[in-house]
Amino acid sequence: MTDEATAAPPGAVKKFMYINRRAPHGGNYAQEGLEVALIGAAFDQEVSLAFIDDGVFQLKTGQDTAAAGLKNFTAAFAALGDYEVKRIYVEAESLARRGLTADDLMPLMYEDEDDDYAEKPLIEIIGKDALADLIERQDVLLNF
Amino acid sequence: MLLHTVNKSPFEKNSLDTCLRLSAPGSCILLIEDGVYAALAGGAFAAQLQDGMRARKLYAIDADLQARGLDPAGLIDGVEVIDYRGFVELATRCDQVQSWF
Repeated sequence: MTDEATAAPPGAVKKFMYINRRAPHGGNYAQEGLEVALIGAAFDQEVSLAFIDDGVFQLKTGQDTAAAGLKNFTAAFAALGDYEVKRIYVEAESLARRGLTADDLMPLMYEDEDDDYAEKPLIEIIGKDALADLIERQDVLLNF
Repeated sequence: MLLHTVNKSPFEKNSLDTCLRLSAPGSCILLIEDGVYAALAGGAFAAQLQDGMRARKLYAIDADLQARGLDPAGLIDGVEVIDYRGFVELATRCDQVQSWF
């Protein structure tokens, strides 16, 4: 709905941000958010994901849902890099408030085709002001 | 410029807190549904909301206030009470709407 977006020709690449604010296994939001993000990326849009509030728990290492009888969809986060998703933003304040650090998050990587396919980290931890600025500059915001 | 909407009571969920943290200065915040409870002058979120309003404009929907028995006179200073038509006008003035729920 931005001016740029409405003026863009059909088929133009838009900036999509998927905002994830829920913990992974207490409801359907998290899994559906990931599925929709993968679909958006498959359509060659510029896709990023932001993890805010309890959403940061989605990226926690070592999730084992077997005993709880749940499907561990979070393993699919590792596929995001293959779908040309190059940015996963984690809000620093949300992480700190939950006693987590970068070491608690999955070591997700992508191959940068513009840099001889060098493996680079997908997750970037950023502060609230920088994230607010990024949110402001998206064409499409989708919330989960 | 974004229009941010908050539709949950701040006493129940963190939607308002996160909205204030992640809305850029200059943006608009509209309280709808249970979100309007945040604007009570004597409430626990009055100070935080007023702090956020230094750089943002705050609105609340009249029908949602009325439905909950809240008198606009009992809200913190500076909240602009609007109707649904005002909501639409506000949305058209903004690049897009981000809902915190």
